[in-house]
Amino acid sequence: MTAIAPGTLPKSSPRGNAARARLLRGLLPALSLALVLIAIAWLNPRAISYFGFNLMLNLAIPIALATIAQMFVIAGNELDLSIGTFVGFVGCVTATWLRDAPLLGIAVLLGSIGAYALLGALIHLRNLPSIVVTLGMSFVWQGLAILILPKPGGKAPDWLLAIMSFKPPYVPFPIMAALIIAAVVHFGLMRTSYGVILRGSGGNAAALRRAGWSLLKTKIVLFALTGLFGVLSGMALIGITTSADANIGNGYTLLSIAGVILGGGEFVGGRVSPIGAVIGALTLALAASPLLTFMHIPPDWQVAANGAILIIVLAARVLISRRER
Amino acid sequence: MTSVRTALEKPWIWSFVGAVVVWLATVAFTGGYGGGGMVTAALSLAVFTVIVGVGQMFVITLGPGNVDLSLPANIGLASAVAMKVMGGSDSMIVVGLLAALACGAATGAINYLLIWALRIPPIIATLSASFIIQSVDISYGRGLQIKPPPGFASFTNWQVLGIPVLAMLTVVFTIGAALALQRMIFGRSVLAIGQNIRAAWLAGVHVGRIRFLTYTLCGALGGIDGALLAGYFRGANVDIGNEYLLASIAVVVIGGTSVAGGKANVPGVWGAGLFLVLLLTMLNTFGVSAGVRLVLTGLIIVGVITAAGGEKAVR
Repeated sequence: MTAIAPGTLPKSSPRGNAARARLLRGLLPALSLALVLIAIAWLNPRAISYFGFNLMLNLAIPIALATIAQMFVIAGNELDLSIGTFVGFVGCVTATWLRDAPLLGIAVLLGSIGAYALLGALIHLRNLPSIVVTLGMSFVWQGLAILILPKPGGKAPDWLLAIMSFKPPYVPFPIMAALIIAAVVHFGLMRTSYGVILRGSGGNAAALRRAGWSLLKTKIVLFALTGLFGVLSGMALIGITTSADANIGNGYTLLSIAGVILGGGEFVGGRVSPIGAVIGALTLALAASPLLTFMHIPPDWQVAANGAILIIVLAARVLISRRER
Repeated sequence: MTSVRTALEKPWIWSFVGAVVVWLATVAFTGGYGGGGMVTAALSLAVFTVIVGVGQMFVITLGPGNVDLSLPANIGLASAVAMKVMGGSDSMIVVGLLAALACGAATGAINYLLIWALRIPPIIATLSASFIIQSVDISYGRGLQIKPPPGFASFTNWQVLGIPVLAMLTVVFTIGAALALQRMIFGRSVLAIGQNIRAAWLAGVHVGRIRFLTYTLCGALGGIDGALLAGYFRGANVDIGNEYLLASIAVVVIGGTSVAGGKANVPGVWGAGLFLVLLLTMLNTFGVSAGVRLVLTGLIIVGVITAAGGEKAVR
């Protein structure tokens, strides 16, 4: 290359290449979402409308919130395999106590966030594998959900129903909510100084400790934030479905992990992206059912589509990363 | 005295202690009634957890981040494949078992292919694979209610002197697995990779080949487990393997295998498997509701891991 045109190529060309690859990598989540949207628009142009988005992205808000919840634990190099059943538990509380006895409901939900904080402390102090602890906790949340609501039922509080059926002008509510969630979490985690510390606890824990920061505190904060967004996700879900079921959130564990990874997050090193996570969740929510319905793919294969999208995006990321080196 | 102390230092002894304590509590509750039958039932059910537990143990021993999340989907698909191939006829039992084995091994091989080709963490690779396998299973097993051949069903339920034959065979298998782990090049390589993957590579261990074999082995064990489960419960279904995700990881950790890798323990898998099954029996005997049972199971697993914890590296 250089032999052919020695003078014309700038010296920083390899670095420029790497920067371009990094940019491409950063844009990958948005590109996959655009691809899914283009596919939907091509298959059914009428779906790309105010009404169509409201329908298609119906469940995107709870999925995005659960994905953000998962993103916080992943930022600290942990994994939460209980977020799905936790969302179900919150749903059951929302559809029963939060409506009939609001004070009790609020206390229980705050208490469950506290339980998450305690789990973070326990995992840090005893150096436990978070996978196993949260797998155990997934049984606890599921059991509690069944105890609260043995049979599907209950009803969402009216104020919650009103919020979730809000129809703002021009921009469909799910898209507006996604933008707000992404902006708020992006500011908190990426732009504040304590957000940097939180991500640092996943990037280089030893360095943070030497700099005098409490790793116990970062872990507690990360887990509490996971609990908080899990609660929001469960409430949003019930606001849409209007009634609850103990198993309602079970699929969210895998969806949330997939969403974080699709959005450019990594399992280790505190490398996560709130905007990417929300985009990843939207991609999954769109690809899971509307796209497949328009493509006349039977519902049997909806789960497989999630897996396939995950694999394709990861393969694309590997190709780009290879150029980055 | 010293022998007692060395025995207590073995990490796996606690899982057996736990199993005995739970059994004694249940027998005390029933006033000594049904203690023997409980052991028989526990042995027959623990078998299924032990088989996948051993596979998961080899995978987890490979080091931090290695875990097979595709086991439930794998078990579900293999159970459907086995029942369909057997087609209810006794003459096809061996072919059906081989088909389940091949199906499971293929799943394991695909898992490793994804890990290797996409260079992604095993958790997300096995997760994506499990999404796809689950769909294949739903589509393939649609409306499938094929019963196992009578010979196979009675084989999986066969008991001699109150001891399930399947449990005896599994004991033989676990002894083989223990030998493979401690005395064979394959097992030693797995341990070496788990302790330090770079050092193992520098020492000439075929890291890629061993990891491939381990994931394939784990998949194959999941496959055979699916076939046996379908025989024991007289029919395959999509959800048959669901509880084995937590169970397979839990028995490995409770059994004294290090989650950080490089340290495995086969007897502990048996102890922990029996402990989990007996725990469930105990809660059922006490007559608690399904919700309370789930909560207590979860809390006890978290409690046991907290008590046994304190390992260095996480994930």
